[in-house]
Amino acid sequence: MGYDRNIAKASLWQASVAIFLKDWKSELRTRYAISALVMFVVTTISIILFALGSEGASVSALSGMLWVAVFFAAMSGLSRTFVAEEERGTSMTLQLVASPTAVLFGKLMFNLVLVVCLNAFVVLLYSAFISEFVIRTYSIFVVTVLLGSIGFAAAATIIAAIIARANTKGTLYPVLAFPILLPLLLTVINGTRLATEGAFFEEALGEFNILVSYIVAVVAVSYILFDYIWKD
Amino acid sequence: MSWKILLGVWMTVVIILSLSLPMSTHPQYWYELPTIPGLEEKARIMFFHVPTAWLAAVAFVLSMAYGIRYLRKKNASDDVKSASAAGLGLLFCILATVTGAIWARFSWGTFWNWDPRQTSIFVLLLIYGAYFALRSAVEIEEKRAALSAVYSIIAAVTMPFFMFIMPRILASLHPDPILNVQGKVHMNSTMLVLFLASLAGFTGLFFWMWNLHVRTTNIETQQPQ
Repeated sequence: MGYDRNIAKASLWQASVAIFLKDWKSELRTRYAISALVMFVVTTISIILFALGSEGASVSALSGMLWVAVFFAAMSGLSRTFVAEEERGTSMTLQLVASPTAVLFGKLMFNLVLVVCLNAFVVLLYSAFISEFVIRTYSIFVVTVLLGSIGFAAAATIIAAIIARANTKGTLYPVLAFPILLPLLLTVINGTRLATEGAFFEEALGEFNILVSYIVAVVAVSYILFDYIWKD
Repeated sequence: MSWKILLGVWMTVVIILSLSLPMSTHPQYWYELPTIPGLEEKARIMFFHVPTAWLAAVAFVLSMAYGIRYLRKKNASDDVKSASAAGLGLLFCILATVTGAIWARFSWGTFWNWDPRQTSIFVLLLIYGAYFALRSAVEIEEKRAALSAVYSIIAAVTMPFFMFIMPRILASLHPDPILNVQGKVHMNSTMLVLFLASLAGFTGLFFWMWNLHVRTTNIETQQPQ
């Protein structure tokens, strides 16, 4: 038996894209993750607005809160790709038709698209409703958000794969993800603060180095360890 | 049996000496400890605080190493060793956090100020907490062992990033016990010997507790229902 003949012949890239498209189609049917993300972002940002009231907050506090909104929204939606497989009982089939690496990278692509959309949405709402939040160096901000999204997706995907196998999925996700995501969060908050302070692009290179090495480390360790999580 | 008595005597002597040896600015006799400027009598905490923090880190590495061994060989005994090391690591991590916070209250004026060292020990606490939350949420033993091993490896890979990130956010006020910024040894030989003796004693205590914990867990799981 082994893998499905068509997918077994396909390259890793084609198989990953096939898994990504499968997840994307089923997401468009149910819109579970997207609506969870959107509602969480709206909720978090309105709480921030209520808390601020008419008083303005410092820009560094606002750039921290931006990532608080991203973190909690991500924790509500990004576990969906793996948890849905367990709930539908389709993980066995997926183990048969595709190699673990293809599953990992397909799901990673799906989460990456979700996180990029999520970040774009958060930044849009943030700049529309919070007038104090002004970006002075756009290049730093764009690179920080992009690298931050990749890092977020990478860490969130492997943790989602772990919690999909546990009993208390929803509550466990932020608990497991926070210590892993903390280095990333601290760095992106720092990068955002630099962007609002109008720093030169070169000043943020240290942050970008950390983000890139974080992404490489997490993706590499996910690639090596995913077999142990995925196979029964 | 004899080495347990030896360990007990060793620890007693270390504790008595580290609390009772006099401190002076210019130590003349072999039993006098040097006064470290800014720390004075508060420096005595290093005989207890540093070994606990060291063991919290050692236990984490041991737990991960036995986790990797489990993933390679699938022996249930490796998972027992890994989980026991993590349990003791959590204990020593709490001890290090509490003793450090008490010391910080009297040296820095506040229990907690997010010093880089405090942040890293806090993250280590979070990781241990998450590790046990994960273990309690998985019922199948093989799956629990594999998942917790994988989680501890991922945590160990992301943990070193704090060494690069924290200095960018806040400079540490934490004193370095053996070497200061100029690379000079603050301790005299008495203090150094006592410190290393305490470190050895606590490490011995840790391995004894670990051994006991592994054996009791094995008995618990092998007991017929």
